[in-house]
Amino acid sequence: MAETLFEKIWRRHAVCEDAGSTVLYVDLHLVHEVTSPQAFEGLRLAGRGVRRPDLTVATMDHNVPTTDRSLPVADPIARQQMDTLLANCRDFGIACYGLGDPRQGIVHIIGPELGLTQPGMTIVCGDSHTSTHGAFGALAFGIGTSEVEHALATQTLVQRRPRTMEVRVDGRLGLGVGPKDVILAIIGRIGVDGAVGHVIEYTGEVIRGLSMEGRMTVCNMSIEAGARAGMIAPDDTTAAYIKGRPAAPSGTAWEQAVADWASLRSDPGASYDRTVVVDGGAIIPHVSWGTNPAQVAPVTGAVPDPEQWDNPSDRQAVQRALEYMGLRPGTRLDQVAIDRVFIGSCTNSRIEDLRAAAEVARGRRVAPTVHAMVVPGSVQVKRQAEAEGLDAVFRDAGFEWREPGCSMCLGMNPDILAEGERCASTSNRNFEGRQGKGGRTHLVSPPMAAAAAIAGHLVDVRSFDAERAGIA
Amino acid sequence: MEPFRRVAGVAAPLDRPNVDTDQIIPKQFLKRIERTGYGPFLFYDWRFRGDGVTENPDFELNREPWRHPPILLAGRNFGSGSSREHAVWALMDYGVRAVIAPSFGDIFFSNALQNGLLPVRLPEAVLSRWMDAAREEPGLEAVVDLEAGAVDFAGERQPIDLDPEARRRLLEGLDAIALTLRHSADIDAYEARRSSWLPVTGGAGR
Ligand code: SF4
Repeated sequence: MAETLFEKIWRRHAVCEDAGSTVLYVDLHLVHEVTSPQAFEGLRLAGRGVRRPDLTVATMDHNVPTTDRSLPVADPIARQQMDTLLANCRDFGIACYGLGDPRQGIVHIIGPELGLTQPGMTIVCGDSHTSTHGAFGALAFGIGTSEVEHALATQTLVQRRPRTMEVRVDGRLGLGVGPKDVILAIIGRIGVDGAVGHVIEYTGEVIRGLSMEGRMTVCNMSIEAGARAGMIAPDDTTAAYIKGRPAAPSGTAWEQAVADWASLRSDPGASYDRTVVVDGGAIIPHVSWGTNPAQVAPVTGAVPDPEQWDNPSDRQAVQRALEYMGLRPGTRLDQVAIDRVFIGSCTNSRIEDLRAAAEVARGRRVAPTVHAMVVPGSVQVKRQAEAEGLDAVFRDAGFEWREPGCSMCLGMNPDILAEGERCASTSNRNFEGRQGKGGRTHLVSPPMAAAAAIAGHLVDVRSFDAERAGIA
Repeated sequence: MEPFRRVAGVAAPLDRPNVDTDQIIPKQFLKRIERTGYGPFLFYDWRFRGDGVTENPDFELNREPWRHPPILLAGRNFGSGSSREHAVWALMDYGVRAVIAPSFGDIFFSNALQNGLLPVRLPEAVLSRWMDAAREEPGLEAVVDLEAGAVDFAGERQPIDLDPEARRRLLEGLDAIALTLRHSADIDAYEARRSSWLPVTGGAGR
């Protein structure tokens, strides 16, 4: 019978069935400092061990300072959480890439860059953006702390089978339009709960044309549409990215793996529970105006009027969002002035993101009213960027160049917005208070963020670059 | 896990869609390494003014008799966003035992079941009727009876739609890990046939 990519991976990982649920084997379990301490504590209380420490890897990202790493961590509670992770990993025999380790970074950046993330795998982590790894044709999803404990103890999870949804992006992207705009447009279209209970498979010409970095950006934000996971079938682009990475197979194992990966695609005639088709050619650079990632519009548009919503509770929610954001209906989005710019997070802090932002920043200056920072996703990304001279481009333009971590994506460390500050951010969530209590987040792509930093307000990167090229 | 059988008490309306876990428990409270003590920080930015002490009188749960309600009536997509189980721990620590909403974030839903917080899905039209009823008569009590499989509120009875296995685990407060460990032989057999090229962690890979 014709199967979808998701169905193949699910079937391959079913250990057994249990009362309508599936005991699903976990190939890779990623762990970080915030959602794991209570899980390890639970193991200890029950006298249980970690079944497969060799399929588990930990790093520190959410809490870590992005300033000078030679200094001790100033926040004592954050430090305790990091020390706890180190101790837990030592006690249970788990590899931990902590501060000072050349492999440290945001958990969803380091899995792929170490070659641990591979097609056909099941990957879990106590973090909702685990969907990122689906870009490799893996089934990757976020879990809570109780399930982290379950995966540590049994290397499995007991899951009910989700439904499937195809999101096909046809056509070709216009100049200045990138993967972040694609996923923002998709979420704007289907809504923040549009894919609840589903695993999305992204297909179509636009998706096939994306680099691995771009595919990760798209899959990363699947959770913002409520999806359990997002995935893209592996192809030559996938294999080329993995080849030669530290945990990648080599020799005959590589041959076997690549042959197997070729079977990881939805069969012709396989059916999804739902299909959504998006015209890629019609996508314009996007920016969010509200307090959830579906509240987005093309940058050429305006802040909407709540009266457009028929349902009273939705109308009220939009009103509340505009009030929180300090925006008036009808205001042109490219006239909204900003105070801060954040380029980073597991959505957009890979090398390609930094290159795209640096291209816009090169030879220009950040507006005097803007405080802008760049936070690479991992030590490896930072080193590569420095080898390419991107740090100098950013510094010369007036951006701060920081150490890797989650940083102002969620502001658990000192990188936060002050009350009322407005930020163009390459992260994934514009929830109230996400980047700091009272802070106002506009989600954008890396080039759009760099352009906003320089202009001092949200701006269409396409006209911005045309100006420089003397085309406008 | 704490079993869930039957809970009766005030049902407080929180009539907003897409209440995300960042709102339920803001990030500055995720640095603790315990499972307990999160109640005081539930809905922190909504409950308190900027000083973190003065209550915001407009927020529903700051009004009697809706403080510490055992039952919460919520909008569509409750608990969306981050996977933080702290959201469930905070609700339970604050006294909430059941949340009734048209839909839930997937991870929140499963986190709730893992802890003995009952998420009940009911149609949007029912919730909108019940929100009105709760606002009209703020002390109105609901009965959430998992054994009987139904919720009673405002003179209406609605069925609880939950898969039988999750229901059994909740009723008996079963340890999910212990249940899975009964399948250890199957897991061993699975591991014996896994593809040999799959990566292992630690050091430089395989
Ligand atoms: S960068 Fe942001 S979204 Fe990604 S893992 Fe860190 S906190 Fe979560």
